[in-house]
Amino acid sequence: MTKPIDLRAGAVSLLILVTFLLAWHLTVSGGSGVQKMDPEYAKLMGITTTQGKSAMPGPLDVGATLWGHLKDPFYVRGTNDVGLGLQLGHSILRVMAGYLLAMAVAIPLGFLIGMSPLMSRALDPFIQVLKPISPLAWMPLALYTIKDSGASAIFVIFICSVWPMLINTAFGVANVRKEWINVARTLEVGTFRKAFTVILPAAAPTIVTGMRISIGIAWLVIVAAEMLVGGTGIGYFVWNEWNNLSITNVITAILVIGVVGMLLDQLLARLGRLVTFPE
Amino acid sequence: MSTFDNPFDVAQKPAKRCGCSCGQHSTQGEHDAAATRAKAEAEFVATAGEEQRARRVVEAGVMRALFPNPVQRRAFLKAVGATTAAAALAQVFPVMTAADALAAGGTPEKKDLKVGFIPITCATPIIMAHPMGFYGKQGLNVEVVKTAGWAVIRDKTLNKEYDAAHMLSPMPLAISLGLGSTAVPFTVPAIENVNGQAITLAMKHKDNRDPKNWKGMKFAIPFDYSMHNYLLRYYLAEHGLDPDKDVQLRSVPPPEMVANLRADNIDGFLAPDNICQRAVFDGVGFNHILSKEIWDGHPCCAFAASKAFVTEAPNAYGALLRAIIEAAAFASKADNRKQIADAIAPANYLNAPVTVLEQVLTGTYADGLGNVKKDPNRVTFDPFPWESFAVWMLTQMKRWGQLKGDVDYQGIAKEVFLQTDAVRLMKEAGLTPPEASTKTFAVMGKTFDPAKPEDYLASFAIKRSS
Repeated sequence: MTKPIDLRAGAVSLLILVTFLLAWHLTVSGGSGVQKMDPEYAKLMGITTTQGKSAMPGPLDVGATLWGHLKDPFYVRGTNDVGLGLQLGHSILRVMAGYLLAMAVAIPLGFLIGMSPLMSRALDPFIQVLKPISPLAWMPLALYTIKDSGASAIFVIFICSVWPMLINTAFGVANVRKEWINVARTLEVGTFRKAFTVILPAAAPTIVTGMRISIGIAWLVIVAAEMLVGGTGIGYFVWNEWNNLSITNVITAILVIGVVGMLLDQLLARLGRLVTFPE
Repeated sequence: MSTFDNPFDVAQKPAKRCGCSCGQHSTQGEHDAAATRAKAEAEFVATAGEEQRARRVVEAGVMRALFPNPVQRRAFLKAVGATTAAAALAQVFPVMTAADALAAGGTPEKKDLKVGFIPITCATPIIMAHPMGFYGKQGLNVEVVKTAGWAVIRDKTLNKEYDAAHMLSPMPLAISLGLGSTAVPFTVPAIENVNGQAITLAMKHKDNRDPKNWKGMKFAIPFDYSMHNYLLRYYLAEHGLDPDKDVQLRSVPPPEMVANLRADNIDGFLAPDNICQRAVFDGVGFNHILSKEIWDGHPCCAFAASKAFVTEAPNAYGALLRAIIEAAAFASKADNRKQIADAIAPANYLNAPVTVLEQVLTGTYADGLGNVKKDPNRVTFDPFPWESFAVWMLTQMKRWGQLKGDVDYQGIAKEVFLQTDAVRLMKEAGLTPPEASTKTFAVMGKTFDPAKPEDYLASFAIKRSS
């Protein structure tokens, strides 16, 4: 029975998409009335005023723009104008740098916290306070102290994506089944061996879940960080097109950001499936 | 005396002259023989243009410092003759040493420079110098980097990621004073643009043109330390509104202004162009007045560099400044404006429709109410950093409580606005320079005397200062 359900779900998804696109197309294609104006004056005005075109682009405009970007994703026309593919590449590199850094800190630290109930309690208030801080709030501080905008962006990704991993690692480690630990103790397994052969595999699914949450956050943060710092990246692209009031390009970027975010999430989901074990 | 005028020209009228057609009088003192003088003008444009012009900027600074009064200056020149004057000047003041930094001088300490800019037409000289090759001509490889906002451009310049940057002209004053950032000595070697802003209101206010009725309205300005803030406050206060109590002023990044105006979050803004014209272009707002109607000839944005850059890499700084002055000179000619609009419109630079940029730069624009208006001085470019501009900004900073206590107006102006370089060098050479000359001007019909900033400040009914 699974196949028909998949098929039917797909059909419903498609129906929703088509309805949405159609509704979108119809709402923006109406446009407001055009008032008569002097041709010389009209030459100086935009098409929203002269032809009554809606300021909101339709799905066809967005499709055309998207196609334009996909056709030529790696062009370089100067410092401030490079292809969408290169912008995404910059963003992904930044996210990876910040994320790997966060992983390198969060997993070992989470292990220690998880294994020590005392530290777990002692550090909890700090983590709880630092966890909900927005990337935009960190940015001025980072720029001021690090004095390098590239490093600041990476720092902001690090600081925002470290907490879910830290908390999940600590939680996973602390909640390894007591029986397994006791067996290990009975067999007189050394601390390191216990950590790597018993606790790590047992906590792995929780840790990977934390990593999955973190990559999502890191990808959320990058857009905000790059909008502030500028220069390169998909966030800068959004800002630059906003600056030009090109809503078409902004919608295109939103779509691309969504797709890349989904791919990153799927990657971690695959990893999660690799480390889960049947009980 | 405009920046590009020949300071030794006796016949020169005190009236402001734009452009660089002032090469007919030799200023090269000893090595410029009378015979070659006739050819000089033709060569001026062709080859020696930049060096002469750069030299002239320095000479003009020295002459201005020696004879603040144009009448005196002309009398002196008439009495001794221009050539003698130039030679005499060269005796007491090493014009060439000062000009060295500006003129071909030494090789730049570093050739790869980064200059930040905000995508608005105020940055025209900085931006156009890239596609039009003004940086390349100075042997520089400059990267012009688009930046997201004023606070970011400030921080990136303070962090030395940028060697120099486009800033709002009050910003280097604020940074030097430590207002809103750590105190770092900053300089304004050149003003970018003169005029070129506007008050834009939402379409619903098209019959509400009297500022007296604007109580309760919400306006956007680009930054707290901006001419926009001071001009809008001035304008409102002159019409009897207290800008802190009767209206709401919000600091909003320029691209968000049009979006906010469309969303009805604000009633209007005093913003840099092309934002104002963009609001008209998109049918969201109309241009109530141009900023030149508040103060014709007001400075807006500045080319700014840290004092450290100026002293550590004088040749690179000189070459960069020369490129900016060259670009500004080119942009000051109305005939070149269309070409400039085409050069700076692509996504790599302003990323704006060419039609909008042309309207801003040529001054033939749609006002948003169905009329085509013509004002060739909507925006102009004159890089000379008058100290009196700085003094006026400081009075407004104090007027609105950004600056408290006693202010050393002239001292700060001299430190930051590098017109004073000449004066400082003269002091080092053991001379006693007269007070630097200043330009008096009128803001909304009220004359500003830069020598008496405190009196000026006291004359306002609406102000914050204690």
